[in-house]
Amino acid sequence: MDTLLLKAGGWLAIVFFAFIAMVLAADAGFAVHMAIIALAAGITLWVTINKADYAAIGRGILKAPADPGIYDDDPIRWGVIATIFWGIAGFLVGLIIALQLAFPVLNLNFEYTTFGRLRPLHTSAVIFAFGGNALIATSYYVVQRTCRARLAFPGLARFVFWGYQLFIVLAATGYLMGVTQSKEYAEPEWYVDLWLTIVWLCYAAVFIGTIVRRSEPHIYVANWFYLSFILTIAMLHVVNGLSMPVSLLGSKSYAAFAGVQDALTQWWYGHNAVGFFLTAGFLAMMYYFVPKQAERPVYSYRLSIIHFWSLIFLYIWAGPHHLHYTALPDWAQTLGMVFSVVLWMPSWGGMINGLMTLNGAWDKIRTDPIIRMMVLALAFYGMSTFEGPMMSIKAVNSLSHYTDWTIGHVHSGALGWNGMITFACLYYLVPRLWGKERLYSLRMVNWHFWLATLGIVLYAASMWVAGIMQGLMWREYGDDGYLVYAFSEVVSAMLPMYLIRAAGGLLYLAGAIVLVYNVWMTIAGKQREEKPMTETPYDEAADKPIVGKPAIEPAE
Amino acid sequence: MVDKQRIDEATGTQTVGHEWDGIEELDTPMPRWWLWTLYATIIWGLVYVVLYPAWPMVNSATEGVLGWSSRGDYQKALAAREAELEPIRQALVNTDIHDLPDNPQLLNEAVQGGRSAFKVHCVQCHGAGAAGSKGYPNLNDDEWLWGGDMEAIEYTLVHGIRNPDHDETRFSQMPAFGRDGILQSNEIQDLVSYVRVLSDREPQSASSNRGAALFEINCAVCHGNDAKGDRTQGAPNLTDAINLYGLDRASLTETITNSRYGVMPRWGHRLDAATIRMLTAYVHSLGGGEAAPVSEDTATEQAAIATDAETPVDEQS
Repeated sequence: MDTLLLKAGGWLAIVFFAFIAMVLAADAGFAVHMAIIALAAGITLWVTINKADYAAIGRGILKAPADPGIYDDDPIRWGVIATIFWGIAGFLVGLIIALQLAFPVLNLNFEYTTFGRLRPLHTSAVIFAFGGNALIATSYYVVQRTCRARLAFPGLARFVFWGYQLFIVLAATGYLMGVTQSKEYAEPEWYVDLWLTIVWLCYAAVFIGTIVRRSEPHIYVANWFYLSFILTIAMLHVVNGLSMPVSLLGSKSYAAFAGVQDALTQWWYGHNAVGFFLTAGFLAMMYYFVPKQAERPVYSYRLSIIHFWSLIFLYIWAGPHHLHYTALPDWAQTLGMVFSVVLWMPSWGGMINGLMTLNGAWDKIRTDPIIRMMVLALAFYGMSTFEGPMMSIKAVNSLSHYTDWTIGHVHSGALGWNGMITFACLYYLVPRLWGKERLYSLRMVNWHFWLATLGIVLYAASMWVAGIMQGLMWREYGDDGYLVYAFSEVVSAMLPMYLIRAAGGLLYLAGAIVLVYNVWMTIAGKQREEKPMTETPYDEAADKPIVGKPAIEPAE
Repeated sequence: MVDKQRIDEATGTQTVGHEWDGIEELDTPMPRWWLWTLYATIIWGLVYVVLYPAWPMVNSATEGVLGWSSRGDYQKALAAREAELEPIRQALVNTDIHDLPDNPQLLNEAVQGGRSAFKVHCVQCHGAGAAGSKGYPNLNDDEWLWGGDMEAIEYTLVHGIRNPDHDETRFSQMPAFGRDGILQSNEIQDLVSYVRVLSDREPQSASSNRGAALFEINCAVCHGNDAKGDRTQGAPNLTDAINLYGLDRASLTETITNSRYGVMPRWGHRLDAATIRMLTAYVHSLGGGEAAPVSEDTATEQAAIATDAETPVDEQS
């Protein structure tokens, strides 16, 4: 009873202080955020003091099976739902801003709907809301199973889930209101940063706590990757977020670094958000779900050790390649470029280990659309981790930098690698988490696969063409020795490419909507009646070597 | 754990012997091509950091054996281009602007340079094709507010239009006839009718006839009795189909009621003389460029001829 009183008092105090901060707020954005925090704390207070069993109610809403007491799967189910929800939101905003670039009138001449506000909404929604929820949910799933231990600190694990959703809501509403510290992929202001730090440290505690409680002698490779992702993101987030608020009751803050040092800190963070969030974290997913789905052993233990350590050692230095030909000193540009190029093989180690795990099960690419998704994800991972080192070479970068080539590169990684591996994991997880025999429809997975693949091809191809065209037009000199094109001419030349890109985004979103339906029906306990995916019936007549007809008829 | 090692049937490779949730690992050696490529990139990296600026020291970084630096590289490219351009620039600045058309090669160089400079400094208002838009003049036609010969264009470029901080700027201000209560709104509508008749937008009417009388009193002083404008004060010609702000009734009503106040920046203190001359040549070459006004001597001569020709007409009247 005393603990309950203490908890309730704590939440009440937060409601109270948030309310005061809202009233005294220096700007409207801060006031709205304090109102959201007061509301969130108020709901938590209600849940704390109310006698109702909210875990059971939640399980009822999600049609989740009862907890058998082996693994703690409730937060994972929520995470799966949150991943899908934020994914759809992020893809949709992406499509909208793609259309805004083609048709500027869609900015609607309304501050909340301009490209500048919606773009960070898109990037954060797909990276941190979609990707982040996928990482947290799968890490909870994988760490329990590969450690044969139940989640440590179950209360904290739930706090991490809900705290992370609050972070997403604060970040997203902040972008729309123009509250930003103007650091790419780290736009949320100081108080949201502080909140994320708390949530992230709790996440680290749950994950590490579970590893400590393991009943396996060794730590599985997926957990090394998850651990490197959790620890490095904590370090990056804290250092890049160092700033001084103007007022403790206002949203504005100023970064601790200035000028090129701030730019370098930003890209040290920004590139490692790619390296440790979108690469290491998702490789962790790959290392568990690919061998599980393929039912094959991991290709090479030695490769996994060498590529893990070389990857995490090299990645952290690669950030300066975002600042080629800027005020950044040459030696730092060299550092970024050399480490990026050496990073090529360590990155590919993950692709080799993933693809070659299918040794002995290659036929599954034909028969299992989930494996097909994983293979495509690994192929795109390989492509973008080759493209990345190539683009970091200064000669290439002088053409590619500031063009849509970069956008194409990011999306071949994000849509192809992160998106596809996440979808594959979701399709793997949903029937297992909800205790179903199989997915509602495997054929719809196949549909999703093709819609998404076609979407990525349109997206990446159009952006490659657009980027290289931009780069070449910007630097084109005529015979007279003068630049040929005005910037505006280059912009208007982009229109067809922007339309193709938007079409690609639409297909990708359509594929994700097929996923929503499939997951919804699976959770509802339905199974679509359909022809099984594998159908190579035995044909006795064909079961013999193909012999050519005799060239010459026997003479009579 | 070693006792759990087994030979995987499909690949014939031995497993490491660990197992997690059913996942095993094979003890496959690292692919040789992978390892050798990794070594190759490392060796390349070691060579690169010797050749190029790389190692940060106490005060500065190692400069690299090749002595390359991004700033040095840039300066070198810039200097090479400057050396190439310098004779042209010198020639341009030293040539009298009236003599430029007599030197086709230099004129051509100037037009090329001007096209490039235009794309940087001018397209924002006048458009990539110099066709302008509402409020921003089209530079391809032969309608000029302040003059279309080289000297006039250059003056406009150097001094700009309506720059409040600059005495020599091109300046004029049409009265806001409606806002300042000089004309009533029905009178303004009559004037609009007349201006539209002048430019052949609508047929003559009672309203336009009343407007004609108003025009004589209020407008002719600047736009001229024939409404053909006056370039010395940037008063536009109203008898053609070209109008900076539009010839529809609403636009004309707005122009006469509140007046307009188009501003062009002056470039004299931002761009060097050669670049301005290049821009002049380029704008002049776009299609509407006019010949230089005839010099004084020739002008008197021509005026004399004109007087001769007109004499009989005068006598007739």
